[in-house]
Amino acid sequence: MSAAELVTGAVRILLPVLLALVAGGLVLLAMGADPLAYYGYVVERGLLSRTGLEASVTRMAPLLLIAAGLIVAFRAGLWNLGVDGQFLLAAVVVAALAPALAPAVPHWLMVPVCFAVAFAVGAVWSVIPAFLKAVHGINEIIATLMMSFLGVGLANILIKLVFFDPATTVPQTATLAVEDRLARLGATTVHWGVLLGVAAVLAVHWLMGHTALGLRLQIVGSSPRAAIHAGINLRRLTFVAFALGAGLAGVGGAADVMGVHGTVQADWNPAYGILVIPLVFLARFNGWGVIAFVFGFAVLMIGGESAARRVGVPTFFVLVLVALLLLFLAVVEYLDHERRRRRAA
Amino acid sequence: MNAAAAATDDIAIAFSGITKRFPGVVANDGISLAFRRGEVHALLGENGAGKSTLIGIMSGMLAPDEGRIEVDGRATRLSSPADALRLGIGTVFQHMMLVPGLTVLENLMLGAPWWRLRSRSRALARFRELAGLLSVDPDPDAPVGRLSPGEQQQVEIMRALWHGGRVLILDEPTSMLTPKGVAELGAVVRRLRDHGVAVVFVTHKLREAHALADRISVLRRGRVVGALGPEQLRAMGEAEVLDAVVAMMFGRTERADALGEVLAGGVGAGPALRPVDRTRPPRLVLSGVSTVGARGECALAGVSLKVWPGEVLGIAGVDGNGQKHLAEVLAGQRPVSAGSIMLDGREIAALGVPARRALGVRYVTDERLDEGIAGEHPVAVNLVLKEIGRPPLWRAGIARWGAINAHARDLICAHDVRTPSERTPIAWLSGGNIQKVLLARELSPDATLVVLGKPTHGLDLQTTRLARERIRNGAGARDAALVVISNELEELLETCHRIAVLDRGTIRGIVDNRPDAERAVGRLMTGIAHAA
Ligand SMILES: Nc1ncnc2c1ncn2[C@@H]1O[C@H](COP(=O)(O)OP(=O)(O)OP(=O)(O)O)[C@@H](O)[C@H]1O
Ligand SMILES: [Mg+2]
Repeated sequence: MSAAELVTGAVRILLPVLLALVAGGLVLLAMGADPLAYYGYVVERGLLSRTGLEASVTRMAPLLLIAAGLIVAFRAGLWNLGVDGQFLLAAVVVAALAPALAPAVPHWLMVPVCFAVAFAVGAVWSVIPAFLKAVHGINEIIATLMMSFLGVGLANILIKLVFFDPATTVPQTATLAVEDRLARLGATTVHWGVLLGVAAVLAVHWLMGHTALGLRLQIVGSSPRAAIHAGINLRRLTFVAFALGAGLAGVGGAADVMGVHGTVQADWNPAYGILVIPLVFLARFNGWGVIAFVFGFAVLMIGGESAARRVGVPTFFVLVLVALLLLFLAVVEYLDHERRRRRAA
Repeated sequence: MNAAAAATDDIAIAFSGITKRFPGVVANDGISLAFRRGEVHALLGENGAGKSTLIGIMSGMLAPDEGRIEVDGRATRLSSPADALRLGIGTVFQHMMLVPGLTVLENLMLGAPWWRLRSRSRALARFRELAGLLSVDPDPDAPVGRLSPGEQQQVEIMRALWHGGRVLILDEPTSMLTPKGVAELGAVVRRLRDHGVAVVFVTHKLREAHALADRISVLRRGRVVGALGPEQLRAMGEAEVLDAVVAMMFGRTERADALGEVLAGGVGAGPALRPVDRTRPPRLVLSGVSTVGARGECALAGVSLKVWPGEVLGIAGVDGNGQKHLAEVLAGQRPVSAGSIMLDGREIAALGVPARRALGVRYVTDERLDEGIAGEHPVAVNLVLKEIGRPPLWRAGIARWGAINAHARDLICAHDVRTPSERTPIAWLSGGNIQKVLLARELSPDATLVVLGKPTHGLDLQTTRLARERIRNGAGARDAALVVISNELEELLETCHRIAVLDRGTIRGIVDNRPDAERAVGRLMTGIAHAA
């Protein structure tokens, strides 16, 4: 890669971020809030204070696991937009399973079992879209979105009708005792699920770049007809990519439940999946880039909550920033595409 | 030469000092050329010389890094294909740009700006006008997918001329056509020229260039290395022109003689074919093979064939008569609906691509851009596209990139692929160089059956000669059965022991490649009613 390419690459990545921040600032101004104060609080609360930083890093765990799954799916050319359903369903199943298992089996066994079950639940929830895509060629965007709605609904039904804890007034699952949760890292409040997330992203990065499976997935994604011509089993790989992606999202749900919440309340849906998608694109599916962006985004999420309260804007202002980011990402991509087309048809 | 004033008057489009760089190559290096009204200008040059790049710039697809373009004497920026079309510069790309499901007229109307009312009657009037000008008459309401390649190309030409014909650009226009289609195209081109259109065309077939062109420019490594004007072309005989052009193209005069063989073409031009021992059992036996085609697609209906070890069997016929199905059925890409395929006495009809590949089946597809390559991936990956996961380049499913790249460098060198490096995305290569990669991937010593679809499509003279020689010598394998599918009879006559004519999914007949083979194949082909 030449120096010029590196520069354009960096511009392509940083420009949308910058534009989103500037436009977000203008929105804040229009709302009568001080953008500099808002961003200042974001940095101070999400990055510079110890508790804030710990919260930010903790938040990375589910985001990284989801991102790892998305890298697989996207590089295989599959638009798995149903991450939220897969995440939540796995979270609820684990929230029910973990407290039940904890007294019966040792901790070292309970945790991997829960992760494995979460992976399986997520993967199972992707079988229908995978089947529709692989066998009938039905577009997976609609199918996964539909399955996501169904998954979220089913998760709520499970909490309210099956897994509810009779001891609480709000419908929620039984709570995993604090000592049974994922171990903390040193003297921090950060649990080791974050390391699992980092490992998952790096593993996926390596898988895509260095294994036969990864290369096949990439070819299926970029040139499906060439894949058929080369005798690559398109159907099987579609199932595999879907299962890996959805399974990792499920593991993300398990990490969030076992690491942080200990329980899932009815109607809880953090909708991380939709937030992670632009980050994965921004990082162009590069594992290291994903980790960096997820970190930045976690800071924004954590810092943004208290910053919003302080400058008096709704907490969902973070979503406005995400929307702007997506918008500018598309615009910059479009301009870059045009430029490239002219340079190299 | 004419007086300078008169000469500049007819210049439709002029390039001066055009330079276009891509990562690792200068594709066009200070090119200055003028294209005149009422003149057919052939661009020739070896694979990767920069012809398509120049055409891309002319058609507004690519922006030059340096240089000046003048249209009708005025400096112009062609910043998009639509821009170029508005100026009356239309291009027929190698790749069909029409929508097969739409009718001829609908396709032609597609280019109109969205805000303009689409009036069928006005479009029909323009269609009639152009049909008259070209003196062709495709049905305006026929879906484009149903037309023969020749007719589709006529529609492409109409599309290019739709907004007024100042310049018509054709990139390798004859590669998909039958001899009859080529002749018709020639007539169309001449008529347009006489009508004052500046025609620019790229070809690797020097004969066609000589027959059609009023002016020839030769590119080499991005520069104009030679030109023959109308006076010179008129004064020189065909052989002289070809000699001169070959010398310019490859920059080596001594090469001209060896290449003369290719130019002479025809039967017996090359070294003798290797003898085939028919007392041995045949390697490949097809009996009663049928397939099911999608709508409008020609399927196979009971094809039976035998190919002996070391034999080259040619499949002649007009494209779209089951050639694709035959190739895919042999490669394992398409299921048979009836019949059996035996390779070395073993039934393989039920086996998929990987299993057949393991048995030594190789397939050079003629859809090189659509399915032959994974365009975003490096040349090195494309060279092993069908070996992913196999040792020794992968070990326990883990890629050994060092070995994969080294393997690619060897093949790139052996097949003279022009690429900045083995890590360059293959889509960046020139058409001919992509074809070289495909051949390099499929020619291997352990092959038992090699299916080659239009194997020399897009290759320059020298590479075509090499490729045909390789095919005659068994495609790199010792005793493989070879099936060469081509719409160039000349190619089949040069490489094959026997030639089968495929028409509407059935084998019309098989003739031995003896001196009268051309006529015999011709007779079988003329039995074909609507051959285009
Ligand atoms: N989009 C691109 N990106 C990078 N390099 C390119 C691109 N297009 C062409 N090139 C390079 O420019 C050079 C000239 O390519 P071009 O396609 O113009 O050759 P050509 O004369 O048309 O050859 P052929 O006869 O094989 O079609 C080649 O080395 C090719 O690799
Ligand atoms: Mg070309």
